[in-house]
Amino acid sequence: MNPESHPQIILQAEDLHVRRGGVPVLAIPALSVVQGQILVLIGPNGAGKSTLLLALAGLLKPSRGNIIFRGKEIDAGGSGYRRRIAMAFQEPLLFDATVFDNVAAGLKIRGMGRAEIGRTVSAYLERFGIGHLAQRSARKLSGGEAQRTSLARAFVTKPEIIFLDEPFSSLDAPTREELIGDLERILRETHTTAIVATHDQAEALRLADRVAVMNEGKIAQIGPVAEVMNRPADGFVASFVGVETVLPGRVIRTSDGVFIAAVEGGEIEAVGRVRPGAAVLCCIRPEHVTISTNSPLSGSSVRNVFPGAIRKITPLGLFHRVRLDCGFDLVAYVTRQSLENLALHEGKNVTASFKATAVHVIPRGTLQV
Amino acid sequence: MDLIIEGIKKAFFLIFTLDREVLGITLLSLKVSGLATLISLFIGISVGTAVALSRFPGRQLVVSLINTGMGLPPVVVGLFVTIFLWRNGPLGFLEILYTPTAMILAQTVIAAPIVTGITLAAIQHLPANLRLQILALGATRVQMVWLLVKEARLPLLAAVMAGFGGVISEVGASIMVGGNIKGYSRVLTTATVMETSRGNFDIAIALGIILMILTFLVNAILTQIQQRERPR
Repeated sequence: MNPESHPQIILQAEDLHVRRGGVPVLAIPALSVVQGQILVLIGPNGAGKSTLLLALAGLLKPSRGNIIFRGKEIDAGGSGYRRRIAMAFQEPLLFDATVFDNVAAGLKIRGMGRAEIGRTVSAYLERFGIGHLAQRSARKLSGGEAQRTSLARAFVTKPEIIFLDEPFSSLDAPTREELIGDLERILRETHTTAIVATHDQAEALRLADRVAVMNEGKIAQIGPVAEVMNRPADGFVASFVGVETVLPGRVIRTSDGVFIAAVEGGEIEAVGRVRPGAAVLCCIRPEHVTISTNSPLSGSSVRNVFPGAIRKITPLGLFHRVRLDCGFDLVAYVTRQSLENLALHEGKNVTASFKATAVHVIPRGTLQV
Repeated sequence: MDLIIEGIKKAFFLIFTLDREVLGITLLSLKVSGLATLISLFIGISVGTAVALSRFPGRQLVVSLINTGMGLPPVVVGLFVTIFLWRNGPLGFLEILYTPTAMILAQTVIAAPIVTGITLAAIQHLPANLRLQILALGATRVQMVWLLVKEARLPLLAAVMAGFGGVISEVGASIMVGGNIKGYSRVLTTATVMETSRGNFDIAIALGIILMILTFLVNAILTQIQQRERPR
């Protein structure tokens, strides 16, 4: 079943409010989470991401509002709902026990028999690549190993929704890369619905089916990744997501470290080693896009040349943000001087170009945009 | 010098010949302080965990009281337990003054705040999100508390040592509420005080050595457990 054609809502929040010491810290009029999708909450520290995760996981009693799981309001006091979900935090929060016993904790809590625990835990230790650490004390693990143990402990109970609060933030870059890849693979394999909080844009781009940008306890914008990145709803979202043009596409040709990806409304040349047929996100930063009023030149070193029309010009202090329609959405920054020299205005036809090396390519396991 | 050497000789003689009176005193000491520690563990771990995990008005005051209670002078405890158990005192009807039961009660009053205070600190010292993590694993409230206490087991062993160490070596309260009655409520510390005041240094030294060996053994066993549990 294609989740896009029959989106099934697994979790809903209605009129969700959380106050702390009389101060409102979360105000969400409505939020729906689609089964099997990965929703990424992105925003600066203190935006309310963790609070929203805790409230949705039934771990924090909201001061007002309802949380509805598969059509029924959750019972925050009991363990019923909590046994159908799982959560992992930024710190691994492991028990002072072996890796095996840590991963087994949720199953023991549910009263599962010894033999079954043994089988299930072993399978998930392998899945997260920590089978060889089963009998090691959790206090003797590296950061990456500890976070893998924490994630295995969360996944082993086969949760219907998994909540991840900045799960990679305390890891160094190479460890983080490797773990994000594994997590993405496991989430897709198990079709687990996930809600992930992060302040890292790259993580969001990598994992998200949908992105919710949060600020000051509110969702500033929610939607598919490309939509949020390309059409930020307001200045905050624009500044936080870095105003990148993000184009979902598929690799159609490769040669010698250069490839062509088909995106909606065009073909883009980019640098990178990918295999034909792979799904990718092509990201282009607005400062790398050049606008000219000349007709496309042939023979230039710039291969990505697209005629298009200016849809919107937004002043941003030193720069102007220019949104173009080139068959796909493309965002460029121009200085005030260029704006005047080129006599740019909304509706004007121009030529936009960027170098193949300016395209930042993010591989995606499967694409559901 | 002779006094000490003779005393030590006599002391080992009394110990190795299992002198009946010395043996009886030792066993009663172990029984009274052991039971008092056990009761204190039940009270202290429950109260300490409850206070650590809850937020209520006046909590700060309760925590201060518990911390003050960790250093209660045994003679003051002895005084108040005596007053309570006095014939026309609030608990006089129990008729347990000058019995080992009264000593267990007094020693519990001394040890319980120590265990409570250490438990409170140990549970509060766990990572703040651990409670949420355990609940997110599907634990009921009872399972959550149990897992937290289990996680704090090493500092809780320290609580056992501190509680037992505090009461086995305590003399003021025991002598006041127990009365140091021969063959009935005489324990190692009260007997040591009495024999010393009578000039019977040999017996006093014997009792002192036994007291030290006892506390050493108990702590050695607990330390053994603690060190084995500690990740290598």
